[in-house]
Amino acid sequence: MAPRFLITDDPLDPASIAGSVATGGDGAIATFVGLVRDHNLGRRVLWLDYEAYAPLAIKAFEQIANESQGSWPGARLAIHHRTGRLDIGEASVVIVAASAHRGEAFAACRYAIERVKQIAPIWKHEHFEGGDEWIEGATADPADQAARALALERACT
Amino acid sequence: MHVTVRLFARLRDVAGAAELPRQLPDRATARDAWDAIAREFPALAPYGSAVSCAVNESYARFTTELHDGDEVAFLPPVSGG
Repeated sequence: MAPRFLITDDPLDPASIAGSVATGGDGAIATFVGLVRDHNLGRRVLWLDYEAYAPLAIKAFEQIANESQGSWPGARLAIHHRTGRLDIGEASVVIVAASAHRGEAFAACRYAIERVKQIAPIWKHEHFEGGDEWIEGATADPADQAARALALERACT
Repeated sequence: MHVTVRLFARLRDVAGAAELPRQLPDRATARDAWDAIAREFPALAPYGSAVSCAVNESYARFTTELHDGDEVAFLPPVSGG
């Protein structure tokens, strides 16, 4: 069975990741698949190179799952993120939330991707027509309650 | 004391190294470690206000005191997903 939290250079398989959290008591699985798209900031993207600080990323995923557990106790999460070179259309991240009911599954899944973007030590190096650039988003601070509140708000609207 | 400084993504590219073994004074903090490498690689200095740090593979505050053998990592703003 796939581990619930993983950083891997290998292609991601949403079905097997779902298998790592689904049980007979679940009536809903919400799966988010993040893809490499061919444009960003008006540029034609050729491919992305993802880098992670893997042991810290796994701890961040575990923290996200614990936070989610506090808000949606019935939902269980699996989070897998890919590293290395990814071509257009490939999956960079898969998040699965399994729950007895759809409401918790959707909310936990949305919350998890927002938190991954905020606190997971993962970076994308974008290679586009005419150059390349490290993309930098949020300064990671797992204790930042304002960021957490924003993720909660997005999960619940 | 001896610590290993780890740099990721753009910070690694700027410094030209992913791991920097360094000697620091006893009771040095993560902030002291950052200041030391930012002096050594002045091109890193502008990133200081946006960098996160981790000690021994856990997120930490810059006020965290380091110990001999610790690994301290500096992380530019993240962009996973």
